[in-house]
Amino acid sequence: MRHSAGLAATVAFALSTAALPALAQKQGGVLKVTHRDNPPSASIHEEATISTVFAFMPAFNNLVIFDPKEKRNSPDKIVGDLAKSWSYDATETKLTFKLHEGVKWHDGKPFTSADVKCTWDALAGRAPADSDLIRKNPRKVWYINLKEVTTSGPHEVTFVLGRPQPSFLGMLASGYTPVYACHVSGRDMRSKPIGTGPFKVVEFKRNESIKLVRNPDYFKKGKPHLDGLDFKIVSNRSTRVLGFVAGEFDLTFDSDITFPLLKDVKSQKPDAVCEARPTNVHSNLIVNRDSPPFDNPKLREALVLALDRKTFSDILSQGNEIPGATLLPPPAGVWGMPRTEMEKLPGYGPDLEKNRAEARKIMVGLGYGPSKPLKIKIATRNIAIYRDPAVILIDQLKAIHIEAELEPIDTTVWHTKVQQKAYQVGLNLTGAGVDDPDVVFYENFHSTSDRNYTAYKNPEVDKLIDAQSSERNVEKRKALVRELETILVRDAARPPINHNVANTCWQPFVKGLVLQHNSIYNGWRFEDVWIDR
Amino acid sequence: MGAYLTRRVLLMALTLFGMSVLIFVMLRLVPGDIADILVDSAGIVDAAEKAKIVRELGLDKPIHEQYFGWISGLARGDLGFAYVSERPALEEIAPRIPVSANLALLALIYSVVLGVPLGVISAVRQNTALDYGLRVVSLSGLSLPSFWLALLILMASVQWFGTIPIYKVEPRSIWDEFLLLSVPALAVGFRSSALIMRLTRSSMLEVMRQDYIRTARSKGATATSVNYNHALRNALLPVVTIIGIEAAFLIGGLIVTETVFNIPGVARFLVEAILWRDYPIVQNIVMLIAFITVLVNFVVDMAYMVLDPRIKYAD
Repeated sequence: MRHSAGLAATVAFALSTAALPALAQKQGGVLKVTHRDNPPSASIHEEATISTVFAFMPAFNNLVIFDPKEKRNSPDKIVGDLAKSWSYDATETKLTFKLHEGVKWHDGKPFTSADVKCTWDALAGRAPADSDLIRKNPRKVWYINLKEVTTSGPHEVTFVLGRPQPSFLGMLASGYTPVYACHVSGRDMRSKPIGTGPFKVVEFKRNESIKLVRNPDYFKKGKPHLDGLDFKIVSNRSTRVLGFVAGEFDLTFDSDITFPLLKDVKSQKPDAVCEARPTNVHSNLIVNRDSPPFDNPKLREALVLALDRKTFSDILSQGNEIPGATLLPPPAGVWGMPRTEMEKLPGYGPDLEKNRAEARKIMVGLGYGPSKPLKIKIATRNIAIYRDPAVILIDQLKAIHIEAELEPIDTTVWHTKVQQKAYQVGLNLTGAGVDDPDVVFYENFHSTSDRNYTAYKNPEVDKLIDAQSSERNVEKRKALVRELETILVRDAARPPINHNVANTCWQPFVKGLVLQHNSIYNGWRFEDVWIDR
Repeated sequence: MGAYLTRRVLLMALTLFGMSVLIFVMLRLVPGDIADILVDSAGIVDAAEKAKIVRELGLDKPIHEQYFGWISGLARGDLGFAYVSERPALEEIAPRIPVSANLALLALIYSVVLGVPLGVISAVRQNTALDYGLRVVSLSGLSLPSFWLALLILMASVQWFGTIPIYKVEPRSIWDEFLLLSVPALAVGFRSSALIMRLTRSSMLEVMRQDYIRTARSKGATATSVNYNHALRNALLPVVTIIGIEAAFLIGGLIVTETVFNIPGVARFLVEAILWRDYPIVQNIVMLIAFITVLVNFVVDMAYMVLDPRIKYAD
C-alpha cells in the first residue's frame, strides 16, 4: 500500500494546486497530439470510448460543464457552457436553462433551444422514427427520469424530470453530453460533425489523422488560444512514445503512459510534464450467478476473499492502482468509500492470509480441496489490458483450490458472450463517464439498464439506487451510496479489484491543460490550452 | 504462344473467382460482424438497435445475394460503402494504394539492388572474410523479425539524431516521398535482400562450377565478363522466381512496417478493416492483393523466356 498512499498524497497535492495563477496566454500554434486508435465514429453520443471523446469534444459544447480549471469534477463545480444560467423550480423537477444568444453552429446556422430539445428527445428515445441522428444510444439509462424537454422561445429550454434527481446536472456536464446540431444527418455527425465548439472538424481520415481548426466565430470571446489541433492516429504505442520523446508530438494520448513507460519517458525527456491521475476505470470480476457452480453465494464469497489487490497493483502499475469498491475512493473520487470503511468490507481487510483461509474453508465446505480443485474458465477480452489482470487472477485463485484456465474472447463478441451468459467468471473493466452514483449504479447494476451486462437483478439494490438518486441531502445520500456499495461487494455483484491510474505527458511549452482526476472523459475541450514558445 | 496466353488469362480469372468466393465466405465465418462490433464499441447490448444496423447494412440478406451484389458492383467499378466510415469504399482504399505500392516497390528495389550484387560478390569471393561477413549479414536479415528491426531503427534515430522517421505529413514531392519511405523500405527489404543474396550466392556457385564457365575462362574472358555475362545470367532464374514470391509476401512485411512507421498504407488499413469486420474494405483489398499476386506470377513466368531463350511455352 506504500505506493498507493504516495499516489493518494500526490493526487491530494495535485487537487489542492488546481487553481494556479493565470499566465498571459499566447495565441496561435497547432497542438500536435497522438491518438491511440481510430475512433469508431465522431459521434460522442453514440460511443462509449475515450478515443471519440478525446478528439471530438473540442468540436462541441454542452449546456453546462464541469469547471475545466478544477481537477476534480464535483456537483458544486459546474459552470455554464451554452447555458448562461439555470435554475430548478420549487419541486426540483423542472430544470430551466437560459441559453447564450448569437451562438452559431460551425456551418453558420444559429443554435437555438430546438437543438437542445431535439438532442435530448433522441437520447431519451423519443426522436421521430425517420431520424438517424443517434443510431446507438449507450447512455439511454442516464435519461430514464427525463420526462420531457420543452422550449420557451429560441433561448430557453426546460428539462422536466419525473422526480428530483440531483445528479442530472452532473450528467449534462460530462464530456459525453454535447448538444448536437439537429439539422445535420447522423451520418455526418459520425464522420465530420458540426458543433458549436471552439474547434471545427476539418478532416477525419480513418486510421490516419483528425484535424480541427480554430472556430473564429466561437461565442466565448478570446477563445480558443490555439489555431488548431492535429491528432495523429498512431496505433503502435512504442512509436507514439518515441514520437513524443523526439518532440514530434506535444501531448500524448490520454493516460497512455504506463508507469514502466514513464521511467523511459522521463529518462529520455526529462523536461516532459507528466501527470498521474486515476482514470475512474476499474477492473472487476463478472460472475455468472445464474448457473452452477457460481449460483452458490458461498462460492462467490470465496472468490471475493481470494483477491490480493496489492499484487494486482504491484504487477500492473508498480503499486499505483487504487484499491476501492465500485466508486472511486477519495481524495480523487467524490463518492467512494474512505479506506477505513472500505477495509471493513469482505476481502478488503489488510490480513490477506486470514481472508484466504476463510475462502479455503468455504471451498472445503463445498467439497473442493487441493486434491479436488474446482476447474473453471476465466473469460476476458483478448486485449492486453484485460488479459494481464486475468492471468494474475488465475494465479491468485490457485490459493483457494480453484484451477482456472484463461479463455480469451475476441473483443468483437465480448458483450454478446456476456449477454448470452456464456461464461463462468470474467475479468472486466468498467469506466465511469461521470464520478457520480447515478451514472455508475444505474448503468451497471439497475435491472432496467442496457449496460447491466451481467443482468444483475436485486430489487433491494434497485430500490436503493432510486432512493439515493432522489436524495437531495448530500450526507444522507452518501450514507445510502455506502450502503449500496457494501451490498454490491457482499453480493459479489461485480467484485471490484482496483481503480486504474495512468500518466499523460506533454511538452513543457503546453500550458493551460488541466487533467480531471475523476473521469478521463471530461476536460478535453482544449479551449484554455495554449502554447508558450 | 497465343493459346498459352489465353489459357493463362482464363486461369487467372478462375483463380480470382475462387479467391472472391473464399474471402467472402471466410470473412463471414469469423465470429462477429460489424453490427456486433459497433454495438460492442458502445458497450451496449440493445438488440433492437443492433437489428436496425444489420438491416441498414444489408447483412440480413441471404449470403448469395450479398455475394452477387458485391461482384456485380465490382464489375461496374462500385466497391460499395465502408461500414465504419460510411464513405464509398473506393474513396477509402484508393488514396492508400499508391502509398503502399511505392513502399513495396522501393523495398523490392532495395532488396534486389542489395541482394543480387552482394550474392554475386559472396559467391565470387567464396570462403573469404568478405563472404563470411556477408553471410552473417544475410543470416541476421533472415532471423530478425521486421517489427523488431523497425522499432530498433526508430529507437536509434531518436537516441542519436533526436528525430523519428515516421510518416508525419503528406509528402509534397517525389523526393520527399522517397526520403520518407526509404527507411521503412529498408526495414521491409532487408529480409528479402538477405534471401535473394543467399539464393544468388548458391545459384552462382553452382553455375560457376559448370563446364561452360571453365571454357569461357580458358578462352581468356575477363573475370567480370565471366561472372556477370556468363554466370549471373544463368544463375538468375531461381532468383527471379524468389523475387516474384517475395513481391507477394511483401504485403505481410508491409503490415508491420506501416504500423511501426505509422504509414497510412493499404496494408495497415486492411488489418484495421479485418478487426472491424468492414467487409467491403477487406473484400476489395484482398481481391486487389490476389490480382497483383496473380499478375506478378504471370510476369515472372514471362520473364523466364527473356532470361533463358531455351524456355518456350508451347501452345
